[in-house]
Amino acid sequence: MMILIQASYFLAAVLFILGLKQMSSPVTARRGIQWAGAGMVLATLVTFLSPELTDNPQALTNYGLIVLAIAIGGGYAYVTGKKVAMTDMPQMIAMYNGMGGGAAATIAAVELLKAQGEVAAGQAESVLGAVGMSAHPSTIAEAMGTDVTILAIVGAIIGTIAFSGSIIAWAKLDGRLNSNKLLPQQQLINLVLAIVLVGFAIAVYFTGDLMPIIAFFGIALLLGVFITVPVGGADMPVIISLFNALTGLAVGFEGYVLGNAAMIIAGTVVGSAGSLLTHLMAKAMNRSVSNVFFSGFGTTAAAGAAADESGGSMKEVQAQDVGIMMAYASQVVIIPGYGMAVAQAQHKVWELTQLLTDKGVKVKFAIHPVAGRMPGHMNVLLAEAGVPYDLIYDMEDINADFGNTTVTLVIGANDVVNPAAKKDPSSPLFGMPILNAEESENVIVIKRGRGTGFSGVENPLFLLDNTRMLFGDGQKAVNELIQAVKEL
Amino acid sequence: MIEGLAALYIFMLAGFTGYEIISKVPVILHTPLMSGSNFVHGIVLVGAMIALGIAENGTQQAIGFVAVLLAAGNAVGGYVVTERMLEMFKASGKKDSAGGKH
Repeated sequence: MMILIQASYFLAAVLFILGLKQMSSPVTARRGIQWAGAGMVLATLVTFLSPELTDNPQALTNYGLIVLAIAIGGGYAYVTGKKVAMTDMPQMIAMYNGMGGGAAATIAAVELLKAQGEVAAGQAESVLGAVGMSAHPSTIAEAMGTDVTILAIVGAIIGTIAFSGSIIAWAKLDGRLNSNKLLPQQQLINLVLAIVLVGFAIAVYFTGDLMPIIAFFGIALLLGVFITVPVGGADMPVIISLFNALTGLAVGFEGYVLGNAAMIIAGTVVGSAGSLLTHLMAKAMNRSVSNVFFSGFGTTAAAGAAADESGGSMKEVQAQDVGIMMAYASQVVIIPGYGMAVAQAQHKVWELTQLLTDKGVKVKFAIHPVAGRMPGHMNVLLAEAGVPYDLIYDMEDINADFGNTTVTLVIGANDVVNPAAKKDPSSPLFGMPILNAEESENVIVIKRGRGTGFSGVENPLFLLDNTRMLFGDGQKAVNELIQAVKEL
Repeated sequence: MIEGLAALYIFMLAGFTGYEIISKVPVILHTPLMSGSNFVHGIVLVGAMIALGIAENGTQQAIGFVAVLLAAGNAVGGYVVTERMLEMFKASGKKDSAGGKH
């Protein structure tokens, strides 16, 4: 039986790695998640046969509880996962990730409580005066072993912070929590809290008491909340990705505690892959990971002054004129932003694209690495509308092409086309790579109002001579463009 | 069981594997991939089942129950949303083999 179980875990680990590998190309990506899914089903099924479960005197009750918990947790996730809108995907990923972190932390809690129970039983016996019975451990570290205890505690800290932090990230992206401020001197409080947390972790290791374990988990929960609340909305993807990596690590550590190689491998692979992904995202946004944590982006009101000195003004344009301009263009580049997805305009944009293509216009989509709420999110939203991925270009591939473009249509995007990122060292966006929309012959910006973007920074692109503003709701504006092109 | 030093080697090799897998991914797949890796650490479900399986009293069973519940949410939710995202990626041409990344 052990051979069957170990072989299945081994196969599952192989399937996870191959699956993730296949997810790195759009052609094989779907097969990749299916392979990983098969590995998960296999690993879950054989676990029912493992001796830890079958040999427990409580086996029957525990089997019932396991099936019930899987039904409730899995059922909830299945229903929410099936119906969540594509625009809300980032917060749903945060939620599921938080659940994984919480699971890793609760595994540690069970192990620590079991060890604590052994220590307590030993103390009770020595009170009764059993002379010479020194076999009982006097601390949790003695009960579990040095390496296991350390990894259980570290995994518990990481998992708990990922749990409460991810829930806050979900609440913020879902619009349920808008505050960036919690307490004055938040960073100082966090530092003190982190030191207290380490103190309790040491107390858990060297004693056999229940109190430090409870305090330890409580403080870790609080710290996850305190770390995440001050993070600005634009930086959320980085945080979610980081928590994803942290959960992976916690799972790997708890895998060691349980002696489970599949958990060690899958968790560590995700831990390192997630760390690299976090770094790539932060780089694409021109932010360092420490920057994300220790400064509230956009909360400083330093921006805004730059717009006035150029002295330009926004020039409005009508949909008919834009329609004519686009229909007779040689190349049109569309730069979609999250605003387009919020207005649910992506299907209309695809309709417009097909109309223009029929008229012989070359249409391309230009995607900034952080378009949408996280890298790649915009590709998902366009794919949902039916836009084939070979019309979609990354920033590096399209930036040299703006010079050959008759019309660039910016819809619902703002910061990713802000030339201040290249020219104005005082701008908070300075240094972020942007799409060179301003190099094209004409720039049309579809925008709801005259306000600033997600980051709260003014955009000088809107004031340029070759820029025209088409004010209105994204979907309505694109609809007008479709009518205008059709009437020609 | 896995002894200390062997585990250290597993951690090291798995770490490099994860790094290698991600380093060649086009930006368009970053979100599905984050979601996919989120699903993969749903393997915590196996550990949660063992934690509940070895529980000996009510407290441990209650905590283990929460562990399995959360882990199942991670695994099932991670799979459903990743699959939903990936099934939408299509090339404009009929042929599936060509294309790849830009």
